[in-house]
Amino acid sequence: MKKKMSSQQKNEFMWGWAFIFPTLLGLIVLNIIPIFQTLYQSFFKTGDFGRGNIFVGLDNYIKVFSDSEVWRSLINTFKYAIIEVPLSICIALVLAVVLNRKIKGRTIYRTIIFLPMVTAPAAIAMVWRWLLNSNFGLINNLFNLDTQWISNPDIAIYIIALVGVWSILGYNMILFLSGLQEIPKDYYEAAMIDGATGMKSFFHITIPLLSPTIFFVCITRIIASMQVFDLIYMIIDKSSPAMADTQSLVYLFYQYAFTEKNLGYGATIVGLLLLITLIITVIQMKLQKKWVFYN
Amino acid sequence: MEKHDHNVSLMLHTFMIIVAVTMLVPFIWMILTSFKTVSEAMQVDPFIIWPSEWKIDAFVNVMKEMNFLVLYSNTLLMIFFRILCAVLTATLAGYAFARLNFKGKNIAFAIVLLQMMVPVQIFLIPQYLMVSKLGMLNSTFALVFPGMVSAFGTFLLRQAYMGLPKELEEAAKLDGCNIGQTFLFVMAPLTKSAMVALGIFTALFAFKDLMWPMIVNTHKNELVLSTALAKMQGQFATDYPELMAASLLACVPMIIIYVAFQKHFIEGIATSGGKL
Repeated sequence: MKKKMSSQQKNEFMWGWAFIFPTLLGLIVLNIIPIFQTLYQSFFKTGDFGRGNIFVGLDNYIKVFSDSEVWRSLINTFKYAIIEVPLSICIALVLAVVLNRKIKGRTIYRTIIFLPMVTAPAAIAMVWRWLLNSNFGLINNLFNLDTQWISNPDIAIYIIALVGVWSILGYNMILFLSGLQEIPKDYYEAAMIDGATGMKSFFHITIPLLSPTIFFVCITRIIASMQVFDLIYMIIDKSSPAMADTQSLVYLFYQYAFTEKNLGYGATIVGLLLLITLIITVIQMKLQKKWVFYN
Repeated sequence: MEKHDHNVSLMLHTFMIIVAVTMLVPFIWMILTSFKTVSEAMQVDPFIIWPSEWKIDAFVNVMKEMNFLVLYSNTLLMIFFRILCAVLTATLAGYAFARLNFKGKNIAFAIVLLQMMVPVQIFLIPQYLMVSKLGMLNSTFALVFPGMVSAFGTFLLRQAYMGLPKELEEAAKLDGCNIGQTFLFVMAPLTKSAMVALGIFTALFAFKDLMWPMIVNTHKNELVLSTALAKMQGQFATDYPELMAASLLACVPMIIIYVAFQKHFIEGIATSGGKL
């Protein structure tokens, strides 16, 4: 392969690099170098009074793993995910199957269900906070309840997860709908001749043929829910009694890195998040072969 | 059989209507509250659903207090430049990755994939330090900074270019086009729908983002809609008509654009999300 490049190859080489140069330069400066900088930073302690960085080796990591606040935030994040991911996927799947039929008004239903996706999470959080307000909120007054939805530490994170379900439903549904449209109609017709209708064809045709999409949505939702921040930041007050039981891993990262300016500890928490993401990715690759049905 | 079909359809519609109402109630409540007075909004005995008089005071107040014109223009500038940068760079790179063969391509593409696989929070501290060192905190540049290139967009455009037939390029080459001309006049116009999808995705992402603008732009003249709402919650914690009016004002432009260009939104999400 030591041969000199032909003029054609040279030509493609020049154009190719010219075309990818802006993107590549941007990615290296904005993303690749920062990955290493963040990991590097996680071995340092940010000194007080602008004294710069002090090398502390693995101290931050030892501290993270013995920090009950970190563990608690990790559990909060998992609690959020365990409600948000399965519920948003199951409901969206049912909605997609219904809207895939030729029912009247499907465009209107679709438009409405997708609406929260084009709304800022800050606004969504604000209105839900108001709806769930224990004294003046619509929900308690309408159903004559007296529940402390978002200040009760036992339930607050689950309530936030339900708001998460409400806001992500449309996105999952759209992905499922486009997956459903790729299933050939003949499968259903053949199944009907065999006497399989409704539930049976749902479990024996729709689910297996849609499994690549379901799998994809699952993974993206799990990874995204590990990064939950906006809703918690906006719904839970800084002085709320539910704070310790709702703050997520990324919330803690934000607090340390940008409120307390302890960049080193913030970076270490991101390191932990990276580790979790990597584990999920590896599990995904392993499971994909077993579970997903490709044509 | 017909009666059965009728029952099923009735059931489905009942189900869908319940879902639709659940989706809409927060928006309706946002609108109703924003037209009430504070005392009306906080009255519980009897509980008031409809405002007795549709007052626009809350809107007038927040428009002035929060300086919404500045918020709109900051948000718009951020979205505009992010779309411009992302579409431009991703189109070029997407084409090269899909249609050209050159040394180093695979390593370069691995960098694109790596960016998409790690959690975004890992970039934030160094990006913040860069903007800070450049002395560019509290500026439109700071808002656009992390979105100047798009790994996701590059991937999306690459997919679009891979779907085009090889004959197009060969015909262009026979006509004497060089690679740049082939790209610009023959290939790029055929990926318009992918560019629109990327544009929509970029706009939505920028509009919804809270953490980055909160980190870099804290000055009150450099806020965007999402950060202004976050800030407002602390300040006017109990003036619910004003909070709801602000939320409504923040969301209405995007909702109008969405309803008008629905098809593009839905298709954009379907193609960009599903192929990732």
